[in-house]
Amino acid sequence: MRRVNKGERARLSLTLNGRKLSGDAEPRMLLSDFIRHVLGATGTHVGCEHGVCGCCTVLLDGAAVRSCLTLAMQAEGRAVTTVESLADGNGKLNTLQQAFQNNHALQCGFCTPGILMSFTDFLRRNPHPTQAEVVDVLSGHLCRCTGYTGIVAAVLEAAGSKPKTEESH
Amino acid sequence: MKPRPFDYVRPETVDEAVAILAEHGDDARVLAGGQTLLAMLNLRVVEPVMLVDITRIGELGDIREVGGKVEVGAAVTQNRLLSWPALAGKLPLLAAALPFVGHFQTRNKGTVCGSVAHADPTSEIPLSLAVLEGEVVLRSQRGTRVLPAADFQQGMLTTAREPDELITAVRFPVVKGGVAFREVARRHGDFAIVGIAALAEGKDSIRLGVAGMVDRPSVSRIKGSSASDIRDAIERLAWKLEGYDDVHASARMRRDLLRGIAPVVIEEALRCAA
Repeated sequence: MRRVNKGERARLSLTLNGRKLSGDAEPRMLLSDFIRHVLGATGTHVGCEHGVCGCCTVLLDGAAVRSCLTLAMQAEGRAVTTVESLADGNGKLNTLQQAFQNNHALQCGFCTPGILMSFTDFLRRNPHPTQAEVVDVLSGHLCRCTGYTGIVAAVLEAAGSKPKTEESH
Repeated sequence: MKPRPFDYVRPETVDEAVAILAEHGDDARVLAGGQTLLAMLNLRVVEPVMLVDITRIGELGDIREVGGKVEVGAAVTQNRLLSWPALAGKLPLLAAALPFVGHFQTRNKGTVCGSVAHADPTSEIPLSLAVLEGEVVLRSQRGTRVLPAADFQQGMLTTAREPDELITAVRFPVVKGGVAFREVARRHGDFAIVGIAALAEGKDSIRLGVAGMVDRPSVSRIKGSSASDIRDAIERLAWKLEGYDDVHASARMRRDLLRGIAPVVIEEALRCAA
């Protein structure tokens, strides 16, 4: 049984984007803060810190979750994947990222890391989604530039699906 | 937006978990998916002394069929139940209602039992459990209790769980008949204003579940012999439940939503049963 008392800092290890890393965390430390402040991977953004905006979405053992609604302790020994994992070592964007660029799917870009991670999980489960399914998953994110149309188009392009035309609405 | 300090304990067995709860009682909060609890901790709405993380207790991770019921363990996430291959055949009401629980991203972590434990009066899973007349399994060092859903949920965020008890599973009966579910929320994934679930076992036996009208899910039986009988029954139900005013909707709007949606949901359930 694992036990860490309040105020105590525990050494915890996890795999971040394929690398085994460790750092110290109090029980109350959120996974979002652990990734950014302890491990120094600042690609994951923090917006609302109560699970509404979706900016901080990361993969935990492959499943897209809000890292602000996850304690660092809960990720102990598990695999965390963040936006930094998407492009290759030379900075070449992956298919999903490239589709975001092609479709102007980001404006200020603050919400983008979370959205990319949600669709990284979702497209693995459902490689050829309909537009309605994409919109449903996107409902778990807020883009305050309100550029949702480009995001939907980008995800459909990355999945090789055709966007719905105006007439078919 | 950070939680106050607390002790963190991660037991590996149910025995360890209930021993901790027996020792700490009300000071301890059970952490499963944390999709409501972590938000409440971040907002400092709740300030527990200790969190008991039950997500790595192997014996709580199963979905299994026991005597005509589907038992869902306390560590099973909503998305895992949603992707359970037998779901549409065994629990079509859950297959219809689960996509409305939060978002894809929160269902990856939020648990089925956690939603029942939280007992929000507008929640989809407690409503489904009530309509199906399911059960909640509670374990403590004193033994195991199995409570009908109607006895478990006692009011707004209030349940019959004692401080030393752990919800180890919920059981959904596999019931024959047509089902339907609809809800109205400001945006998809938001908390529902009113949610309606119907189970049509036959034309004269319809269970109608309503969430968001009173402080817990309400289930009534309606005879569906004619459309006007159904309309009358819903009209009486709307005035009996009354509804309530809050920032999302007035009591009057809730009654109107019930009047508007319930006949559609019943019709869908009857069509699905036929």
